[in-house]
Amino acid sequence: MAEKSLLQNKDWCKGCGVCVGFCPKQVLVIENEKCVIAYPEKCIFCGQCELRCPDNAIYIVGGTKDE
Amino acid sequence: MTNTNCNEMTQKYYRVDRMPHIWCPGCGHGTLMNTVVRAIDKVGLNKDDVVVVSGIGCSSRAPGYMDFNTLHTTHGRALAFATGIKMANPKLHVIVIMGDGDSSAIGGNHLIHAARRNIDITTIVFNNNIYGMTGGQFSPTTPYGDFATTAPFGNIDKAFDLCSLAQGAGATYVGRGTAYHAPLMQKLIEKGLENKGFSFIEGLSLCPTYYGRKNKKGNAFKMHSYFKDNCVDIKVVEKNPEKGENKILIGEFYNSPKTEYTEGYQVIIDKFQK
Ligand SMILES: Cc1ncc(C[n+]2csc(CCOP(=O)(O)OP(=O)(O)O)c2C)c(N)n1
Ligand code: SF4
Ligand code: SF4
Ligand code: SF4
Ligand SMILES: [Mg+2]
Repeated sequence: MAEKSLLQNKDWCKGCGVCVGFCPKQVLVIENEKCVIAYPEKCIFCGQCELRCPDNAIYIVGGTKDE
Repeated sequence: MTNTNCNEMTQKYYRVDRMPHIWCPGCGHGTLMNTVVRAIDKVGLNKDDVVVVSGIGCSSRAPGYMDFNTLHTTHGRALAFATGIKMANPKLHVIVIMGDGDSSAIGGNHLIHAARRNIDITTIVFNNNIYGMTGGQFSPTTPYGDFATTAPFGNIDKAFDLCSLAQGAGATYVGRGTAYHAPLMQKLIEKGLENKGFSFIEGLSLCPTYYGRKNKKGNAFKMHSYFKDNCVDIKVVEKNPEKGENKILIGEFYNSPKTEYTEGYQVIIDKFQK
């Protein structure tokens, strides 16, 4: 199983803060009107940020499909 | 340059060279558009067999980013164009994306007649309770008493319940989700796509820029949280009616297939081809 990781596309991010609000682990912060993955080690890959981001600007890669 | 810094679904189903999209930060339309794409993927439709049609409005910009056969038409007329497409080639899966103004003000007549005919079109309304694109005028779904640029002292019109309107007019599949209830929204769209007939799915969206600001609803996260706290599924209310008091109903409201319009038309064609 490939390691999971959280990636982002800063060119698409509009800094709306929706992901920050929904993250249950306070992984994300807004800095200079963009989302920043400030504490990646705390991420549990729950997918809330990816599900709710209106701009497809944050996403999880790795792991198997049904996890 | 093609931007591939995004998830697989986005690479497969979006015109990534046109992104980021024009919507404001936190606009609910982006989240709802993703529910449409995930539903198409889940149902397993072939991209080339899908046509996405829209009218005019912020919501109607969606097909511009979606990598299917797409048509951006005129304000309120998406269903008229979509009806032509479906009649000309009934094998296509026709999906219409409209705004609340687009679908129920200027396009209200097209909506009720498409529903009455039960033509096989999956109609999805991104309802943000306002005319977003033109600067925040009230729409037929702006709640009574709410503010808009054209209702600076409060709206005195009563709002349409779009789902009741569509069901009353003859839609055979009807449901409501929200941008917050993205998994439910996806499921309703999947079932709408599978229904052979007119399916109407309302997605409550959020416009932080106009509706939100005029009505002091807070930022996009607060507007999502409002849906979380104030919506209740019809299944829950059917068991406990008191749980529905002062709440917004969501879920599957109606699912009752009837003869589909292009099939009815084919019967006539066959009569003359004998
Ligand atoms: C025939 C015609 N009348 C009016 C307009 C101006 N107009 C453009 S979008 C729009 C309403 C948009 O509201 P809605 O359908 O709710 O979409 P939203 O922008 O909120 O997503 C109007 C009145 C137009 N483009 N064409
Ligand atoms: S939800 Fe998306 S666009 Fe908004 S701040 Fe987070 S990553 Fe950026
Ligand atoms: S996957 Fe979950 S825990 Fe990780 S950043 Fe996104 S919302 Fe937070
Ligand atoms: S005006 Fe409103 S509906 Fe239009 S893009 Fe901005 S937030 Fe979205
Ligand atoms: Mg609108």
